[in-house]
Order: sequence, then structure tokens, then C-alpha cells
Amino acid sequence: MTPVATPFFFYLLSGLAIAGGLLVITRRNAIHSALALIVTLLAIAGLYLMLYAPFVAGVQIIVYAGGIMVLFLFVIMLVSLERTAKERQFNRMWPVGLLAGCSLLALFMSVYAKGKGLFVERGPQLPESENTQQIGIMLYGEAGRMGQYTFAFEIASLLLLVAILGAVIMAKKRI
Amino acid sequence: MLDLLRSYLGSTLTPGQANNQLWALIYVLIIFAGVSVAVMTMNWVERKALAHFQVRLGPMRVGPHGLLQPIADAIKLLIKEDIIPSEADKFVFWIAPLIGLLASFTVYTVVPFGPSQAVSDMNIGILFMLGVSSLAVLGVVMAGWASNSHYPLIGALRSSAQMVSYEVAMGLAVVSAILMTSLHGLGLYGVSKFGDGTGTLSMIGIVQAQQEQHVWFLFKFFPLGFMAFGIFAIAMIAETNRAPFDLPEAESELTAGYHTEYSGLRWSLFMLAEYAAMIAVSSIAVTLWLGGWMRPFPNWLSGSAWDLVFSLFAGLTFVALAVIAFVGVVRMPRHSYFRVQTIGLAGFGLLLALIGILLLGIVIGAKVSHHDILNRTTEGMTNVYWFLFKVAVFMYLYIWYRATWPRYRFDQLMRVGWKVMLPVSLGVLIVTAIVGVILG
Repeated sequence: MTPVATPFFFYLLSGLAIAGGLLVITRRNAIHSALALIVTLLAIAGLYLMLYAPFVAGVQIIVYAGGIMVLFLFVIMLVSLERTAKERQFNRMWPVGLLAGCSLLALFMSVYAKGKGLFVERGPQLPESENTQQIGIMLYGEAGRMGQYTFAFEIASLLLLVAILGAVIMAKKRI
Repeated sequence: MLDLLRSYLGSTLTPGQANNQLWALIYVLIIFAGVSVAVMTMNWVERKALAHFQVRLGPMRVGPHGLLQPIADAIKLLIKEDIIPSEADKFVFWIAPLIGLLASFTVYTVVPFGPSQAVSDMNIGILFMLGVSSLAVLGVVMAGWASNSHYPLIGALRSSAQMVSYEVAMGLAVVSAILMTSLHGLGLYGVSKFGDGTGTLSMIGIVQAQQEQHVWFLFKFFPLGFMAFGIFAIAMIAETNRAPFDLPEAESELTAGYHTEYSGLRWSLFMLAEYAAMIAVSSIAVTLWLGGWMRPFPNWLSGSAWDLVFSLFAGLTFVALAVIAFVGVVRMPRHSYFRVQTIGLAGFGLLLALIGILLLGIVIGAKVSHHDILNRTTEGMTNVYWFLFKVAVFMYLYIWYRATWPRYRFDQLMRVGWKVMLPVSLGVLIVTAIVGVILG
């Protein structure tokens, strides 16, 4: 199988993701920011595909680009934007933001400097056609045995359930 | 060229799997053209059928029985003035119809018209289809917002609320069908083993699972398959914003919904996207529950004699259409005013008859000569025909629903989505899993 993961696609997708990310923070209009964020999320889904993780890419598209971003847009449209676009920003959060940004940049720079040494030399390479099945086996186990991540997965789903219940209780006064 | 054709017809892989970019491109072009033609045909059929439901004639002026009406409409839409409202957000307004169109055409990459008749077979096939088609709602939302007008905005909000809520029930119904690919269990027609209890998300794999289990998932674990299919069949109408769930386009309340401000070519792109999405979700339903490319009654009427009979259907359909056209020619008024139309209809009938005879010739030639290429062509043609036939049934159902049921109110729509469909689909999923474990 010839790899589709040519450097050209990597640079294209990363460039799209970065450009989208820049647009998110530079646009005044919240809708434009949200649309740019969708571009970034889709580009990241493409990067997952290049890493031979089609399942993660598919879930990224469904959950983030298809689900969450639609709700984002939904909320932004319901809020009046004309006024907020003209108003000057009044909170003084930018030093904190700058600090967080700089530390993240430093982290990336150090990873870039250290290079390959940080990563496992060669992870187990699964054929693309079994990727989804392998994820299933890792999460749920096979032939009666617990999978590698079954416990963590179930705990995470319990956490989400609690979050859903909390949202319902907060939204509804009388249940 | 002939060599290329022969090497392809002998292949058992999809172009994507065989890594054959030329054939993949040809497939993409064929599918693009085919879907566009299907949308035009659907446009005509819908107007005619709706008219006949309501005891009207429908389009009769352009061409015999209005056959050229879609072409006339297309030309009208192309040369219409392209209006962008001055207060609209130009860029978003411009790109919204393109996003809708892109989303509804991209899903055809994985639609399995036959075991090797698809652009590609992805490991995540069904997930890819659901994901990309869920992006179509972005086009709707963007169009409604960018128009900077009340009705489109309300239409877009309704539409996104509706699509997001029905996607949940739809997804759960799909999951229960995917679950069936991994469960041996008792189908309606007896036991069959498939793999080691691992299912598949690949569209071709799902149909092959039905083939190996000798049961369409519609009939598996009766009535569970039936219920999951029913939920999907309802949710897919809501997903594509069609009657009786066409709230986003409710003309009595919202003029035309999210595309009120669109005109000309852009408006027609929305229509194209909507109809392409209808065909796409119908093909998901066919793939998951109705055995994809399999011919009807694969167990009851099995054997090579029945295979031959069912492979003749493709040619016979065209011959039947030709006969209808010729009946139309005979019934045409004998007046010089209608001469051109009569000749045109006769020519169209002749074309249909020739295609029908060609298809019948391939089948009979394969039967007589047992030539390998002819055999494979017959097989491929039969598979594609039955897939398209099942999709066509769904497309007719869309028209039938539209003519039959009144539109829902928005709160009713939401109540049905969240309080009926969601619990039922969750229940079906859980019961399917339990039944599968007990019987497996």
C-alpha cells in the first residue's frame, strides 16, 4: 500500500489548521470565528486520517464539526452580536492569556528541540482496515476479558452522565 | 482502452482499494453526473406524481408530458439575476450553498452500489457518511444567518434544532444495525456464522455481513430490525427537511425558510444539495437494512435459474419504460402542432428500448457464452440495478409522504424526536444487544 501521508498533505492540513486558528482569534464577528474554528477542526480530522486513525477522524467530524460547532453557532445567533462587536473589551485578562500562550509555545519549542527522542520509536503498526476493530477491543475487551481501557472508559462515561444530569437539573426548576 | 476496461471489469476490488486513481476519478464523474440526472428526474417525477395525487396534470407544456421541464427550469435558474442582499454577509452568503452541496456529494464516496462498484470502501464507511452529512446543517445555518433577514434566520434555527435532535435517534438506530453485523444469532432464515463476533463499519462489509448471515437486517431479530429501520426511516425525513417535517421551509409561516433570500443559481444549488442528500440517506437505509445490492428473495428463490430471472429485470425495466413512451406516442393528438413532440417522444422511447435490449443482450450473452467478462458485467449490472431500485422506492416514498401527511407543528416535532424516537431507539439498541448475546 502506498502511503497517502505525503508531506504535502501534512503541510496543507497544518497550514489550514493554523490559519483557521489565527482567524478564530482575529475576527471581530463571532460567527466568522466559529466558522474558522470549524475549518481548524476539519483540518485536524485530516491529520488524524494521516496518522492512520480513521475512527478518531470520523468521530472528530461527527462530534466537533457536526455537533458541537452547530450548537455554538446556534447560541451565537441567539445572542445579539451587533452591540458586542462594537464594544471595547472590558476585562483585563490579557496578561494571563499571554502567560498561558507563552508557556504553551515554550512547551512546543522544547518538544521541537528535543525532537524524536521524546516519542516511542515505533508504535505497533495496525493495518488501516482493522483500526476501528482494534479500538473496540481495547475499549471493551474481547472473548469475556476486560479490555485495556474498559475501566477508564466506563468511568469517563459515568462522568458525562453526571454532567448531563447536572445540566438538566440546572435548566429545569421543577422536575 | 479496451484492455483497461477488461482489467477493470475483471477486478473484485473498488478503485479505492485497488489504488487505481484513474478509475476512481471515472467513478466520481459517473456518480456526479448520475446524481445530477437523478435529481432532475426526481424533480420531474415529484411534480408529476404530486399533481396526480391532487388530480391535476402537472407540467405538460415543455416537451411531451413536461419531460423537458427540469431542463427548462435549469436554464431559467442559470440565467436569472443573481441577487445578494446589500446587508448580507457576502462571503458567508456566497459559501453557504457550496458547503451544503459539498457535504451531500462527498458522502457518495462510500455508497456501495455493488461489491466492487463504489469509489472506495472505508473502514469507517457509515461513520464517514453520518459525519459528512451532519456537516450539511452548517450550510443551512450559515445561509440563514448570512441573509441578515428574519425568516431565513428563524428557518435556519428551526432547521438546525431539528437536524441535531433527529441525528441522535438516527445514530442510535444505525448503531443497532451495526451491532447486528457482529451477532450471529437467529435470523428469520436460520443460523449463520460471521467472523468471531467482531462487527464492521464499512458499507460494503455491512452488506456482506447480511449476505453471509442470509438475512436482511430488516428481518433480523424480528421485530427489532424492523423498529430500528422505522426509526431511521422517520429520522431521515426530518434530517433532509422534507414533508411532513419540512418546518424550516414552512411557506405558510416562513415564506421559504433559510433560502428565502437566495435566487437563481445559488438557490438551485440548495435544491440540488437537498435532493442529493435525500438520495444519500436513502442509500444508507438500503445498505443497512435492505441488503444493499442483493436482489429480493435471496433465500426463498435461490438458485441460478432465479439469478437469471432477477438479472433480466434491469433490461426489462428499460423496455417497460420504452413501452410507456410508445403508448404516449400513440395517444399523442394527431395535429401538426404536436408533431415535433411526438417525434421526440418516439426517439426517447427508441433510446430506452435500445438500452433495454443492450442490457438484456449482455445477460443472455453471458448465459450462452459463459464468457468471464460478460458474466462479471451481468453480475455488476444486476447488483447496481437492485441497489438503485431500492433507492428509487425510497424516493417515491418521499413524494408519497409529502402528498399524504400534513406538516407537524414545531413543538410536536421536538416532542416526537426527543420523547418518542430517542427512548424507543435506545430501547431497541439495548434489546438487540441482549437478544444477540442470548442467541449467540
